[in-house]
Amino acid sequence: MIASENLQEQAQVPPAERLSEERIAYLEGLVSQAKIAAAVFTQFTQDEVDRIVKAIVLTGLEQAQHLARLAVEETRLGVMEDKVIKNMVATEFAYNYVRDQKTVGIIREYPERNLSELAEPIGVIFSLIPITNPTSTVLFKCIMAIKTRNAVIFSPHPRAGRCGSEAVKIMYEAAVKHGAPEGVFTCLESHNLHENGYLMRHKDVALIDATGGPNAVKAAYSSGKPALGVGPGNTPVYLEKSADLKTAVVDIIISKTFDNGTICASEQTVVIDDEIYDEALKTFADLGAHICDEKETQLLARTVIDQQTGCMQPMAVGQKATDIARFIGLAVKPNTKLLIAPIQGIGPEYPLSVEKLFPVLAVYRARTVEQALKVCVDVNHRGGLGHTAVIFSRNDGVIRKFGEVINAGRVIVNSPGSIGALGGVYNDLVPTFAFGCGTGGGNSTTDNVNIYHYLNIKRLARRTQNHMWFRIPNQIYFNMNAVENIRQFPSHSTIIVTNPALERNGHIDVVRRCIPPETHVHVSVIPDAEPEMKVVLQGVEALLFYKADQIIALGGGSVIDAAKVMKLKYESPDADLEELAAPFLDLRKRVVRYPTDKINRARLIAVSTTSGTGSEVTPFAVLTDQERGRKITLADYSLSPDVAIVDPQFVMSMPKGLTADTGIDCFTHGLEAAVSNYASPYTDANAMQAIALAYKYLPIAYDNPRDEEARAMMHNAACIAALAFSNASVGVNHALAHAFGARFHVAHGRANALMLPHVIAYNAAVPTKFMPSPYQQGYTAHQKYAAIADLLSLAGNTVEEKIRNLIAAIEHLLDRLELPRSIADLGISRQEFERAVPDLVKIAFDDPSWRSNPRMPVMNELVELFWKAYEGRRSAESDAENRQQRA
Amino acid sequence: MLVKIDKNQVAGSLQAVEEKLDGAGELILDFAAVQRIDSNAVRVMEVLGRRADEKGIKVVLSGVNVDVYKVLKLVKLDSRFSFVA
Repeated sequence: MIASENLQEQAQVPPAERLSEERIAYLEGLVSQAKIAAAVFTQFTQDEVDRIVKAIVLTGLEQAQHLARLAVEETRLGVMEDKVIKNMVATEFAYNYVRDQKTVGIIREYPERNLSELAEPIGVIFSLIPITNPTSTVLFKCIMAIKTRNAVIFSPHPRAGRCGSEAVKIMYEAAVKHGAPEGVFTCLESHNLHENGYLMRHKDVALIDATGGPNAVKAAYSSGKPALGVGPGNTPVYLEKSADLKTAVVDIIISKTFDNGTICASEQTVVIDDEIYDEALKTFADLGAHICDEKETQLLARTVIDQQTGCMQPMAVGQKATDIARFIGLAVKPNTKLLIAPIQGIGPEYPLSVEKLFPVLAVYRARTVEQALKVCVDVNHRGGLGHTAVIFSRNDGVIRKFGEVINAGRVIVNSPGSIGALGGVYNDLVPTFAFGCGTGGGNSTTDNVNIYHYLNIKRLARRTQNHMWFRIPNQIYFNMNAVENIRQFPSHSTIIVTNPALERNGHIDVVRRCIPPETHVHVSVIPDAEPEMKVVLQGVEALLFYKADQIIALGGGSVIDAAKVMKLKYESPDADLEELAAPFLDLRKRVVRYPTDKINRARLIAVSTTSGTGSEVTPFAVLTDQERGRKITLADYSLSPDVAIVDPQFVMSMPKGLTADTGIDCFTHGLEAAVSNYASPYTDANAMQAIALAYKYLPIAYDNPRDEEARAMMHNAACIAALAFSNASVGVNHALAHAFGARFHVAHGRANALMLPHVIAYNAAVPTKFMPSPYQQGYTAHQKYAAIADLLSLAGNTVEEKIRNLIAAIEHLLDRLELPRSIADLGISRQEFERAVPDLVKIAFDDPSWRSNPRMPVMNELVELFWKAYEGRRSAESDAENRQQRA
Repeated sequence: MLVKIDKNQVAGSLQAVEEKLDGAGELILDFAAVQRIDSNAVRVMEVLGRRADEKGIKVVLSGVNVDVYKVLKLVKLDSRFSFVA
């Protein structure tokens, strides 16, 4: 809009003290009417609204010429015939866009997302109307307002008061005749900055729609109300050498002379490639443009641009080219449409490089594409940021680059800028009479302002049942001699990854015997502690050297984890392990993606020798980065082994201590997976089975290590528990155990055992904080524990009794396995533990394991749990007493 | 006192009530039949509410549907009246 439009007017929001009581009463009356109308309007249906819209559109069309004539007579600017077209675009084209749009009730539905959008009207809108489009803007906004069930108070430009209020009156009468609430449109009788300010600040005005000059827009945004503003334009045009020159020149003339150049999106400076510059100017001249020579250009610069402000002269706005020429003493032919002034740069030294809302066009000769783009950027930044830009070209690459470097809400391609920006005529832009210019123009949007800016969109979000998953390796071979199944897998080169003990005790030969003789076999021995990065990378070298197509991991969790990472790095050498170990909250939304492109491929067969971590089927791997003293945890289903061998012959010789530790780890896996927030019928089936098997067979396997059935069942239990927690994850027990175990070098299973009874009591109680979980409905941990008690045939009539009995049964099991019952029993002094607790709590809280816990742990509860584990049985007995006393 | 508001003559019914406002006590306006209200009805209710306040009459609106309630809320008339189902 006009940059210099009434500079003294519509400045910052002026104080209301200058208004008389009478005027205040008048304004309050307007607002009251509008407020009532807007409120009553909320009851209208889509059909009722659409009936009124159609009626006022037809009225606007019928009155298009009458209003256009009034506008030109009053404002003395523009072209009547063009204003008729504007009025018709503002009605017919606007209607064409809005007619089928839903704006009442549910307006959009996304059934696949369980989401609906509903419309809430704004309420009372205070709308400023510009001098350049005094009637078309009114017509357009009336249609938008009715369509969205809003009421509007209009404030026409002081020099367009009569035509503006006539337009409002015509539309209002038509609207009310067809059922719109009375008071839906009102118009300020006269223009007054203080009245504008009063209304802008009024508590019952919900939105200011400021289609006006920069001062008006600034006042609107300064009022503290939500506002829609527009920005000044200074449209650069790139006439690139591949353009259809004849069409481009005609388009520019159409646009620049439309309504005598008053549309702010119209072309201001045309940057023309050197190759076509002369021909372009000749074509302009042939079609009625006057090409100024140097002296004439300087004359123009001195006259149509205010030398003080550097802005266009208001008196020239909307005047014909011949009139302008006559006023300034420039001799031109009688039918001259356009004055073209060649300029050599953009900036204050080139006054004609600013916005000129009249038929004066600056042109610039560009030697290269780079130069042309830069000059266009200069024009864009010279008072037109965010508004409009135009390019005529058939080169897609140049068009795209133009769009990238120019900051304009509308980048019009191969069409007239002004009418193109209006939308719906030359392109599919939304029709508008208000161009949002985004932050470049000090606005809140770059959109072509339309009905959706006159609505509050509400979103109805139904609870979505997230689809879940159950992902496991597709080949699991179990029971005695399951290792024989290795024979079915062809391989040219196999690397067996194992630990020193297994190499020594003959298990490796069992595996070797199952590998076809023609397969080349290499053994990679790694230590049995948590595998280190260095060792893993050495293993990868071996894989590369031997061009392995198969890896057999024979060992416990550490060996299998190492093999998983070796496979990852072997197949995807560029995999950044540190990045892949980044924390995540939701597996499906995580930031990092595991590599899918593989340079090499190797089948991973995991043969577990403990019962156990279940690593043979899990998607997890934990490494130690000794250099930096930290753990790297990787989690992705691509890490799961291709084949799992659960052969109890490999666990027959597990010593008692290891049997108890790994067995209780398996038991904990089952218990945690059962109550996890990610539990599902799929994981429950496995978790419950694992719990039942472990509860029954672990004591037997512990007492009678040579009992094949017990060993086999425990070995299966470990794998089955892992199937459960691979998908349901674990919980706070593991978070506590990880922190404690790492700090005090206590075996993982043993650490789990120390926490277990206390964690069950904790999870079974009413949480201080529930864990938000879209996968669970309500809190069910206590019921799950009760179900487990039933599964294990424990006594109890109520849920509380069953849980108590479950805890007691677990304590009894831990006793049977001769596991330490308190941290104190490990010989860790109270003082030492007390010093460690703050760090332990931080580390436990950082551990992702608890995020699937049904009860969200708060820090002091973690402290309490650690202390309960320290006290052990004594703490549990005290809790039981407390419960009994309360009962 | 209980007055049933005619759904076809909402403003008219309310106008009649407003004109006859007298005494103190409680006045119940039954809106059960009223599906919607227009601008005139809202304006009459503004006056009614003000006059009832002046006379110390408590005006209770019964059976107001949520769409009508929303209109009264938007024009801030809800605080002038009491509501019952």
